[in-house]
Amino acid sequence: MVQTDLIKDPHVLTGKLHWGVIPFHDPVVAPVMFAAILGGLLLVAFVTYKKLWGYLWNEWFTSVDHKKIGIMYCIVALVMLVRGFSDAILMRTHQALSTSDTFGEGYLPPEHYDQIFTAHGVIMIFFVATPLMVGIMNVIMPLQIGARDVAYPFLNSLSFYLFLVGALLVNISLFVGEFAAVGWLAYTPLSGIEYSPGVGVDYWIWALQISGIGTTLTAVNFVATILKMRAPGMTMMKMPVFTWTTFCANVIALVIFPILTVAIAQLTLDRYLDFNFFTNDDGGNQMMWVNLIWAWGHPEVYFLVLPAFGMISEVTATFSRKRLFGYVSLIWATIAIMLLSFLVWLHHFFTMGSGASVNAFFGIMTMIIGIPTGVKLYNWIFTMYKGRVELTASMWWVIAMLITFTVGGMTGVMLSIPANDFVLHNSMFVPAHFHNVIIGGAVYGYFAGFTYWFPKATGVKLNETLGKWSVGLWFFGYFFAWVPLYYTGFDGMTRRLQYIDNPEWQLPMYIALIGVVLIAAGIGTQVVNIAWSLYKRNDPQYKDVTGDPWDAHTLEWYTTSPPQFYNFGDVPHINDRDPLLDMKQKGIAYKRPEKYSRIHMPKNTWAGPVLGLLTLPMGFGFVWHIWWMVIASVAAIFACWVKLNFERDKDYYVEVPEVEEIEGKFLKSNEGRNYYFEKNAKYYKKWKPSDQNDSTVVAK
Amino acid sequence: MTALTNDHDLHDHDDHHHHEAEAADRYVFGFWLYIISDCLLFSTLFATYAVMGQNFANGITPKELFDLNFVAVETALLLLSSFTFGMAMLGANVENMAKTKFWLIITALLGLSFLGMEIYEFVHFSHEGATPQTSGYWTSFYSLVATHGLHVTAGLIWMFFLFIHFNRDGFSNENKIRLSCLSLFWHFLDIIWICVFSFVYLRGAM
Amino acid sequence: MKKRLFQSTMLFSLALLLSGCDLALFDSSGVTGKEIGDTILLTMGLMLIVVIPTILMSIWIPYKYHSSKADESYDPEWEHSSKIEFFAWGVPVVIIVILATITYFTSYSLDPRKELASDKEPLTVQVVAMDWKWLFLYPEEKIAVVNEVAFPVDRPVEFLVTSQSTMNSFFIPKLGGQIYAMAGMENRMNLMGTEIGEYRGISANYSGFGFAGMRFKAKVTSEEDFGKWVESVKASGQVLTDAEYDRLIEKTRDHKVEYFSSIDPLQFKNIIESFIGAQNGSN
Repeated sequence: MVQTDLIKDPHVLTGKLHWGVIPFHDPVVAPVMFAAILGGLLLVAFVTYKKLWGYLWNEWFTSVDHKKIGIMYCIVALVMLVRGFSDAILMRTHQALSTSDTFGEGYLPPEHYDQIFTAHGVIMIFFVATPLMVGIMNVIMPLQIGARDVAYPFLNSLSFYLFLVGALLVNISLFVGEFAAVGWLAYTPLSGIEYSPGVGVDYWIWALQISGIGTTLTAVNFVATILKMRAPGMTMMKMPVFTWTTFCANVIALVIFPILTVAIAQLTLDRYLDFNFFTNDDGGNQMMWVNLIWAWGHPEVYFLVLPAFGMISEVTATFSRKRLFGYVSLIWATIAIMLLSFLVWLHHFFTMGSGASVNAFFGIMTMIIGIPTGVKLYNWIFTMYKGRVELTASMWWVIAMLITFTVGGMTGVMLSIPANDFVLHNSMFVPAHFHNVIIGGAVYGYFAGFTYWFPKATGVKLNETLGKWSVGLWFFGYFFAWVPLYYTGFDGMTRRLQYIDNPEWQLPMYIALIGVVLIAAGIGTQVVNIAWSLYKRNDPQYKDVTGDPWDAHTLEWYTTSPPQFYNFGDVPHINDRDPLLDMKQKGIAYKRPEKYSRIHMPKNTWAGPVLGLLTLPMGFGFVWHIWWMVIASVAAIFACWVKLNFERDKDYYVEVPEVEEIEGKFLKSNEGRNYYFEKNAKYYKKWKPSDQNDSTVVAK
Repeated sequence: MTALTNDHDLHDHDDHHHHEAEAADRYVFGFWLYIISDCLLFSTLFATYAVMGQNFANGITPKELFDLNFVAVETALLLLSSFTFGMAMLGANVENMAKTKFWLIITALLGLSFLGMEIYEFVHFSHEGATPQTSGYWTSFYSLVATHGLHVTAGLIWMFFLFIHFNRDGFSNENKIRLSCLSLFWHFLDIIWICVFSFVYLRGAM
Repeated sequence: MKKRLFQSTMLFSLALLLSGCDLALFDSSGVTGKEIGDTILLTMGLMLIVVIPTILMSIWIPYKYHSSKADESYDPEWEHSSKIEFFAWGVPVVIIVILATITYFTSYSLDPRKELASDKEPLTVQVVAMDWKWLFLYPEEKIAVVNEVAFPVDRPVEFLVTSQSTMNSFFIPKLGGQIYAMAGMENRMNLMGTEIGEYRGISANYSGFGFAGMRFKAKVTSEEDFGKWVESVKASGQVLTDAEYDRLIEKTRDHKVEYFSSIDPLQFKNIIESFIGAQNGSN
């Protein structure tokens, strides 16, 4: 392994960097590195050959369109999912081999293994779950509330590039130097300069700091969008549940990400300038780091899971062919979870010795969160009750989620009892629990939403059979991978072990390995599914012509798939929680409005990619102590910022004839549709077909 | 819930003034959200300071160094600058450019003097043996006070560029939004400083 | 339903595993460990009362109301029922109230700082987490041991825990709870072994590259054997001098057991006070 801690006295030009930090001789990393370089070169050659650079730059990279930014988030998230999952495979194979007498102590030395579990956690939380969720929010939320775009389109683009720089820094660390080997939350004093003198923790710092600032900006942007840009008539209590959960999640992010920013900045000062925030000596306080990082970290998991709850709600209602059960309950449960999430962080370290009263308080606060969460589960189940449930692939994700997440909730409550935690803390039970809720709650929810909204974002429906296969593989894979680890947790096996001394744990490790292989097959199926469905995009079975393939109830389906750059030709007035159903039933959906107005739109801008990507040399320079690079990047960022500030001509109008032409085609494609409720009219008591008599009523 | 409802039409009006009002509303609102997150940032720094408030590590203590008279002058300068910014806003309300600029210059000068005093104080403390590396206490002291100082610096740089904007476009809609946001920012920094003054200097000197 | 079958198999096998009870946490050889194991099983059992029906419902309802069944009770506009809402909030509230009561009482009764009821004088053992080994100091016997600790059965032991370097967690899974070891600070934990035996002792908080090998043997012995063990340590003839301590500070992995026949009685206090940290940084 590369030993960057041996490098003293950084060079003026190259800092701590030299050829020795590139792992040419590592049997695991070197082949990956050459493959990655080769793949990258091939991709560049392909894009150049096809003359796609101009298209990519004009249509994608500089775009401020929330839908395109959202899609870019999702693409990066899926790439990083493969990267993060490779780490999971390495860990499971290594631990399975490290218990066997015949194989010795596995194949990864601790210097490498410890980086892998750190990278796995960081990547999966920050660069897979977060961007997948932010990506889906980006595409769907403005459509659900009838907005033209988010409140600050340029800021949205900048957020994406800041996140991308974080992801790039983590990936660069694989090939240049090393990544942190301190666990994903980098507990002090281990992550301090005294115990981690290499550049690994610095990569961790700058990747998280830069992408974290991006997330703060996203939170400001989305909260403002939801509060200020809703369609006329859409009161807060008429907002779709997914928009509500997006709102609550972003309020959480707005409150907690500054804490992360400060904590990381303090660790930075400790490491670079010998400050004494978290040091053992000179009046530092290591416990403060643990408190700060969890004051951010615990709300963070609710930030991740709330939007997934919203996606589950939307999918369940649509495919049960019913209105959502207990909307008001669901909203208050969401708000309750949002507020309670700030009051539970200490349950991550009952064993620090805070005393019985403090522990009891935080334990009870934690289990109280179980109440609104349980309410949500019941509401989804009763949404299906008296419904006509269509078990599409996205609905399979929902049911997989209901089952898995319930188990995860149970183990979570078990952990929240301080007495139990004194023996379960940091055992394998803990990773088993949080994978249970993050995979079972958040990730299954994202995949349900991803499958459900894929046609909206791309105009192509995913293959149902392949979709169901990936649900099955993930579902069984999860239980194979983690039930054995719950078991070893009960037997006192600690997490993060580079080798295992107890031969009794060998069988569970092998079973867990089977699980990880199943999940890998599940991910493979998803990748194939996306590629196959996009390949068959013009096949009538896959193509979404109407913009409303599921005959759904909410506003995002009331436009073409993929939506026009301006989203809606004419934003309707909202009178109901299920606005599209309401309009369909009143017979005013897909009718030409009296007149279209010209539409005010922001122009694309170079500033997002340029400003955002300039933070990459800045972060890299900081990691390797190359000060001229830091100074040059900061100066360039400042110069770009000033130039952007003095630019005029940032917006334009889409004129009425163009709108009329596009909208005409859209309305035509929806002519003569036979809606689900029309076919089942007798079950609708509040609506009668006669309501539809006044066909001259136009939208708005 | 009614306070949060938003029932008026923000869309599609081919009405220039409507767009401008809507944009002003949206940007100032977004800046409020930023202020909230900045509040949380300072809260974290204050919490850190509270936790480390006694960790002197056998080094020099604030009691030996703090000069309340000096800090009182600093505070007065910043409070006064908030007042002068208010005067500039009054000028902007009646679109009186000369008045606005005059009071902005006064505000900037007051801000600069505040910064100068702060830097002088830091240099002085360092000479007396209180650097950020001295102890946990001084680490948290410098990071809190300097973060405020950096915010003031950012505000001054912003003011400089706003001046150029005013010279170019006068009281354009965008410039009015800029001025409103900067005013929010400046008053916010004043409030933070009052907290710094009470929690850090008054308590430290006792 | 394949899923349903799988699920019940899963739960059944889980129950079987637990009833087997050869797992460290449920077959405890310590007083607190036993009670904690029982609390885990009790709380899990209570949770299962709601969890199993919920899981069954989330399988049965989509099955019952599947679109192919064309069930006549289809009611697309049905979106509210006070009765169901009452139970949706009520059931979780009831179960959480019960669990919160258990939490409240066990937080105090099983607090590791609480002294254990016994007619015997507690034995004090001072514990220092080092990179990557455990140093045990016996202030009364004036001996020190690396990576091995022994104490008599049925006698309470008070562990005073600190760290020479990073944050670790002192944990003997078969006996009871764990507590963090942090430099410049002293944490306290009481344990009492009820069965003679040799148990795994570990660090339960990741502390760097040698973490996996940071293990020790915890020997619960008879009073008589404990005396013999102390004698054997005293016979080693190695003294824990400053130079020896500096040698121990060096990073080592899978460190062997070492005996020290003599220590400075203030050693532990000196180790803690060598850091001007969070708890003794003020003057």
